[in-house]
Amino acid sequence: MKQIRTIVAKEWADVLRNKMVFYVVVLVPLLLTAIPVVMLYILGHSPVSQSDYEEMRRMLQNPIFAGLTPVEAMQSALASNFLVLFLMMPLMVPVTIAAYSIVGEKVSRSLEPLLATPITTTQLLLGKGLAAALPGVVMAWLSYGVFLIFARFFSVSGRVFSVFVNPMWLVAMFVLAPLLTVLAVNFGIIVSSRVNDPRAAEQLGALIILPLLVLLIGPLAGFIMLNSTTFWLSSLVVALLDVGLVYIGVALFQRETILTRWK
Amino acid sequence: MIRTQGLCKYFQRNHQEIKAVDGLDLQVHEGEVFGFLGPNGAGKTTTVRLLSCLIGPTKGRAWVNDLEIGKEDQKIRAQVGILTEAPGLYDRLSARRNLEIYAELYGVADVQEQVEKYLRFLELWEQRDVEAGTFSKGMKQKLAIARALLHEPPVLFLDEPTSALDPEAAKTVRDFIESLKGQGRTIFLCTHNLDEAERLCDRIAVFRQHLIAVDTPETLRRQLFGRQTVVHLAQVSEQLAVTVRSLPFVKHVEVLPGDGGAGKLVISLSDPVAQNPAIVQALVAQGAQIQFVNELRHSLEDVYLSLMHDNPDPLRV
Repeated sequence: MKQIRTIVAKEWADVLRNKMVFYVVVLVPLLLTAIPVVMLYILGHSPVSQSDYEEMRRMLQNPIFAGLTPVEAMQSALASNFLVLFLMMPLMVPVTIAAYSIVGEKVSRSLEPLLATPITTTQLLLGKGLAAALPGVVMAWLSYGVFLIFARFFSVSGRVFSVFVNPMWLVAMFVLAPLLTVLAVNFGIIVSSRVNDPRAAEQLGALIILPLLVLLIGPLAGFIMLNSTTFWLSSLVVALLDVGLVYIGVALFQRETILTRWK
Repeated sequence: MIRTQGLCKYFQRNHQEIKAVDGLDLQVHEGEVFGFLGPNGAGKTTTVRLLSCLIGPTKGRAWVNDLEIGKEDQKIRAQVGILTEAPGLYDRLSARRNLEIYAELYGVADVQEQVEKYLRFLELWEQRDVEAGTFSKGMKQKLAIARALLHEPPVLFLDEPTSALDPEAAKTVRDFIESLKGQGRTIFLCTHNLDEAERLCDRIAVFRQHLIAVDTPETLRRQLFGRQTVVHLAQVSEQLAVTVRSLPFVKHVEVLPGDGGAGKLVISLSDPVAQNPAIVQALVAQGAQIQFVNELRHSLEDVYLSLMHDNPDPLRV
């Protein structure tokens, strides 16, 4: 356990001193929190026309918006949709940290002395994984918390606010978000085994966000309805992907593989 | 302290088997500084990685401090220190933090005390809070050596410790390795620098995928070139060479003429200390004017090149 703590502390001390990583860890969550908050504010102060309402009709068929006035429905539906952005944090932040933490060590050739210590591969992988994962999950939860504080003031009614603490969002934040983090960390490790440039690793790692865009665009386009079932199903798919990627990640993160096959 | 038995490491590259280490049989004694010499690509780094349990062998067995590799890897890693080809420091962290991390990973009991000891020992204490990335190559190498020693390992692997260093930095590192000699550690030194090997190592091995020769530099020199006495004469002649050849213990005499009749006789002998007086006596009796007598000493470079090129495998063990 002490070794894992040392690795986590080392990662945070070393990687977070990298300006690029620091900006992603701090600025991205700030930006992704600001968007739904601003949306919430604007929608709470804008009149809803009949044409707007008609355009949103498919999205508003979601039972969680049932019984809301047009203004309440518009505010909760659009802001709620942007809550999906919070799920990007557990992907973007860990992928960025993992990319720098592993490829960075590869580039500076500090991985070999590290692998020569008595630390086990599991401890090392756990240390690096936790160092990458924790900021992602914490920032996602923190952003969600900050959003809820603003939502308390900007929601046009208590019924709107209750949409943001609907069980589907609790599933998204406390089940799907950690699973997405595991996915991102393992994806970061796999990408790290193939590239030698941290920026290339980060760019490749960013591809992991693409499947999540389905949850962002789907409800707007009307082919997905955001509800607990959607998030439970997404969690199941991600969990299965996690199992596969953890297996590949652990296989790739072996001393011999790293030293002799990583290019 | 280190023992290998038919140790092999093969890699697959483009569906071809590359034999990096092929049947290495070696014994390194406790407290010895052992030089491991060989050309680039000979498999020296692979051997170090095998012995420090960073990679596993394809065939064969090896023991480090009586622990078998592949079976007690974690224990072995706790008992060896390794200086890799590149220092591999965390450039954004201070010298002290770099060492603290490794002291914690090696489970050192008193981290601060041990870190301070080696920072002072390597004269880096004043720079302890400076980012390692700002250090010169020599300072980085010293810090990497300190990192390898923090847990007081009985076995130390040094892979090219002075490569890419300027002469001053190389000397500092060499002097430090020399100071470690008296501490009873077993030091396994991979180097291209033959002068460094000669100066630091008790025994050397010449290696290219397999062991070509292993012994003290002096023994290898004698095995390959024998012992030769050089007699410098004011006037050299074939007659003097004939006189020396007539002595029963002389193996070979070569005449090397110089300027104005002066020259040298290069005489191969088995025991110059005992046989030189008789040679000098015989030459003086023939009226030779001896200027001085010395032993022809071949450099380790001669030994190495001879083993690698002229005799690719003359002393295989």
